[in-house]
Amino acid sequence: MSLSREEILKIANLAHLKLAEDEIETFRAQLSSVLEYVGQLSEVDVRGIEPAAHIAGVSNVLRADEVKTTPTEVREALLNAAPEREGDAVKVKAVFR
Amino acid sequence: MNKLYALTIAEASKGLRAKSFTSLELTGACLERLRAVESQVHATLQVLDAQALQDAKASDRRLAAGEALGPLDGVPVMVKDNMQLLGSRTTAASKILENYESPFDATAVAKLKAAGAVILAKTNLDEFAMGSSTETSAYGVTRNPWNLTKIPGGSSGGSAAALASGMCLGALGSDTGGSIRQPAAMCGVTGFKPTYGRVSRYGLLSMASSLDQIGTFGRTAEDAKLLLEAIEGKDPLDSTSAETSRYVPRKREGDGLKGLRVGLPEEFFSEGMDPEVRERVMTAAKELEKLGAELVDVKFPSAKYGLPVYYVIMPCEVSANLSRYDGMRYGLSVPTPSLKETYFASRGEGFGKEVRRRIMLGAHALSSGWYDAYYLQAQKVRAKMKAEFDALMQDVDLLLSPTAPSVAWDLGEKFEDPIAMYLTDIYTVTVNVVGAPAVSVPCGFVRDMPVGLQLIGRQFEDALVLDAASRYQEVTDWHAKQPML
Repeated sequence: MSLSREEILKIANLAHLKLAEDEIETFRAQLSSVLEYVGQLSEVDVRGIEPAAHIAGVSNVLRADEVKTTPTEVREALLNAAPEREGDAVKVKAVFR
Repeated sequence: MNKLYALTIAEASKGLRAKSFTSLELTGACLERLRAVESQVHATLQVLDAQALQDAKASDRRLAAGEALGPLDGVPVMVKDNMQLLGSRTTAASKILENYESPFDATAVAKLKAAGAVILAKTNLDEFAMGSSTETSAYGVTRNPWNLTKIPGGSSGGSAAALASGMCLGALGSDTGGSIRQPAAMCGVTGFKPTYGRVSRYGLLSMASSLDQIGTFGRTAEDAKLLLEAIEGKDPLDSTSAETSRYVPRKREGDGLKGLRVGLPEEFFSEGMDPEVRERVMTAAKELEKLGAELVDVKFPSAKYGLPVYYVIMPCEVSANLSRYDGMRYGLSVPTPSLKETYFASRGEGFGKEVRRRIMLGAHALSSGWYDAYYLQAQKVRAKMKAEFDALMQDVDLLLSPTAPSVAWDLGEKFEDPIAMYLTDIYTVTVNVVGAPAVSVPCGFVRDMPVGLQLIGRQFEDALVLDAASRYQEVTDWHAKQPML
C-alpha cells in the first residue's frame, strides 16, 4: 500500500511530530514499503480467533486501594525532571485559552 | 589464569571468596580495560567509576567478613542505558533525554545492587532500543570488538560489545524483538531473553510493552543464569510480571540432554540465510545430539508471520508509549509560543529518524479506519501463533535455530533500508510474539565473525533453556574465544 504526501502529513500531525521538508518523501517511501510488507497479514485466516491480550496469561491484576507515599527524594527528582516547575507542580503552557 | 577482566562471573565469584583477588582489583581491571579499548569500541554512554570503586570496597568488606550477598557480590557489570539507575542519567541514547537524571532505580537494577553487583557503566543502544545495529544511537555507533568496521548488533549492542571486549563480566539488556540475542550472536557472547513477565519492567523505558523483556548477557549460559536469578521475580510495581510459582524448574538436573526432544523448525532455516551460518548451526545441533538430545524436524507454519505481526504490534505500542515525551513532563522542551508547537518541536527535534518512523507507523495503524486491518488483525495472528507454538511444544522440549540469518555486517550497510534491517530479526521476533524464553550462544565463526545458536523453550521453562545451553558449552569452547583488541 502506498501512502500519499498528504497522508504522511496527516500521520505526522496525529503523532505530534515536526518533519523536515526533505523527510516527507523519505518517510512516505519507507512507511509505504513497511505497510506493504505487513500487508501479508491480511491473508491469514483468523476466523474464530480471539485477539491476544497478555501473552503469558496474566489478567486483572489488582492491588489494595490504599494511598502509598513516594519518598521525598524521588518526588523531588520527578518534579525537577520537568522542564518547568512551579512549587510542587509541573508548569505547562495553557491548554485552554 | 586468565586476565581478571576476562573471567566468567562464576570464576570471579569463586576467586573473590577464595581471596585470590579483591573486588577492587577486579573492578580496577575492568575499568583499566575500558580505558584501553573504549575509544575503539564506544560501548558505553556513561562510566560510573567513582560509585563503582566505592561499591567494590563495600563488597570487599562484606567478603572479608564472610557476609557476601550472593554469587554476584563484588562482580562488575553494566546496564543498558534504557534502565533507570539512581546517580546516573538515563538517556535511551536519545537527544530527547540527554540530560535526564534517573529519579529512582529500575527494579532489575535495584535487585542487582541488592545482590552486591558493582555497576560500572550505562551501555549504548539504538535510540529507545529501536534498531538492530546500535547505529540509531544519538551518541554515536558502537563497533564490533571482533572487527571494528562491523556493527555489534542491536539494540543492546553496547552491552554485548562491552562484555565481548572485557570491560565487564556481565550485563543487562532488554529484548523486544531480539535486542539481547542478536547482539550476543554478533559479538560472540551468551544472551538470554527470559519468559515475558519473568523480570520486572519497572524502570525500563517502555518501548512495546507487550513484547519488552529485560534479560542478561554473560560469557557463559551459567553466568546469564546467575544474573537472571538475581533480577527475576514478581514485582508489585509491574502488574504484568508473573508469579514465581509459575516457574518450571529443570526436572532432571545433571541428566545431560538425554531424552530431550529438540525441534528444528523448517521456517527458521529459510531462504536468505547465509549457508555457512546454517552449516555452523547444524554442526551445533549435531553436538546436542551427541549429548543425548533427539533432533526432530518440525513445522511452525505461522512463524513466517512473526516479523509482520511484530512490525504492526511494536510500532503501535511505541506510538502510544512514546506519547509521554511531550516536552512538558521531562526531557527536551523546545520553547515555542504555544502548547501544540512545543509538542511538535520537542518531539521533532528530540527523536531521531527511526523512532519517528516507528511512531508514525503506529499512529497510522491505530488511526480511525485502520485499527481493525492492522492492530486487531495482528493480535489475532499473534494468538494463532501462540496456539501453534504451544501445540508444537507438546511434541518437543526445545526449538533450535540460528539467532540471525547472517553474521555482523558492515557499519552503514543497511542503515538506509529499514526492511533489510528489520529482516535481520526474522528468527528472534517470533519468540517475543509468543512470550517464550530463548538464549543465544556462540557456535562458531564465519569469515572471522561469531555465529549465534538460538535455543527456545516453553514459557517459564527458562531453566531448561539455560541448562541445555550450559551442557553445550561444556563440550565446546566457542564461548571462550575472545577478540584481539
